[in-house]
Amino acid sequence: MEEGRPIFQQVAELLENSILDGTLVEEGQVPSTNELAAFHRINPATAAKGVNQLVDDGTLYKKRGIGMFVSPGARAKLRSRRRDEFARQYVQPLLAEARKLGIDPAELKHMIDTWGEN
Amino acid sequence: MSPVATVTDLTKQYRGVTALDRVSFSLAENRIYGLLGRNGAGKTTLMQILTAQNFASSGEVTVFGQHPYENERVLSRICFIKESQTYPSNLAVRHVLRAARLVYPGWDEEFAQRLVDDFQLPPQRNVRKLSRGMLSSLGIIVGLASRAPLAFFDEPYLGLDAVARQIFYERLLADYTEHPRTIVLSTHLIDEVSDLIEHVLLIDQGRIVLDAEAEALRGQVVTVAGPVAAVDEFARTGAELHRVLLGGTARATVRGDFGAAEHNRARSLGLGLEPASLQELVVRLTTQPNGHAPAATTAGATSKEAAR
Repeated sequence: MEEGRPIFQQVAELLENSILDGTLVEEGQVPSTNELAAFHRINPATAAKGVNQLVDDGTLYKKRGIGMFVSPGARAKLRSRRRDEFARQYVQPLLAEARKLGIDPAELKHMIDTWGEN
Repeated sequence: MSPVATVTDLTKQYRGVTALDRVSFSLAENRIYGLLGRNGAGKTTLMQILTAQNFASSGEVTVFGQHPYENERVLSRICFIKESQTYPSNLAVRHVLRAARLVYPGWDEEFAQRLVDDFQLPPQRNVRKLSRGMLSSLGIIVGLASRAPLAFFDEPYLGLDAVARQIFYERLLADYTEHPRTIVLSTHLIDEVSDLIEHVLLIDQGRIVLDAEAEALRGQVVTVAGPVAAVDEFARTGAELHRVLLGGTARATVRGDFGAAEHNRARSLGLGLEPASLQELVVRLTTQPNGHAPAATTAGATSKEAAR
């Protein structure tokens, strides 16, 4: 796991990524807390905290005695939330770096267009 | 939930040397603790007192709600694996395991045998003929297979290679998941265990200087590097723990509550920001070789050690 950020957050994000890329499908079962702990070599309580965060925000739901499942509609919801974060996480630092190097917005757009074609 | 162990104002003095200085903390049930600190900080003394192998000069210790001294009900539920555990020299590995089976009510023989295979320990070999690493493995096997509700591992790794240590971490985690219990790991290999431990207790010169959730500490300490003025400005948002200078450039380790806003701020100040590891935090919070006690355990304190 990466330094500097709570591990439970990283666990939650990894599960979200799996839902976004289709590795985990809606109504499909999610690995158990113990499986996550063993796989990532982390404390099971920490893994449980990550999973519970996703239960709390509705991404996952619990079937008593069976396990955790991906909620219907979870993928679309995650997508829209991640899209909101995209500007802050990626565009803002991109602009800051461009400014530092004296790349003006027009030039930057041109770069994005050129790279996007490849 | 009542704590498994409670330590209140514990002080231990050896001929005028204060090994533990009014230490207070508690151990909650079914958690993995990291007991960290430099050699001589007081970790072993603390574990000895908790396991009734040493006496306190003053203060109060209760384990499972009772005093541990000469208390069979408490002691049968504790396992203490020492750094250099010695065994009667006429015993073979299998004898040590058989003795442990008699001592620990929760002993799992099948698990012990699996661990013997995992660590490739020769059961018939006399303990005198075991290598340093094999002796450490034997201690680890006893500590794990005892399934003691409260287990202390005091630097259990002497002579163990990275592969064997990894086996230890994996088996510990898997077995703890199946059979939750309270585990105290005293170690110098902080990076190796930082993802395993749930709670950190850091001792320095006989005092507890950190008693915190491991998760809460992650992201609390960052290293920023860049122009001195910008580093100065950023460092004011927290407590500066350490600084090195190179001409007009500085690198500072800062402890604080750093969220996205602070990260953006570092970026806009033109600073490089990197999260520091638990190990780095421990190094910065403990006494340095020059004998200077760290000044930064309270918010706002700064210790600027400029390098030449």
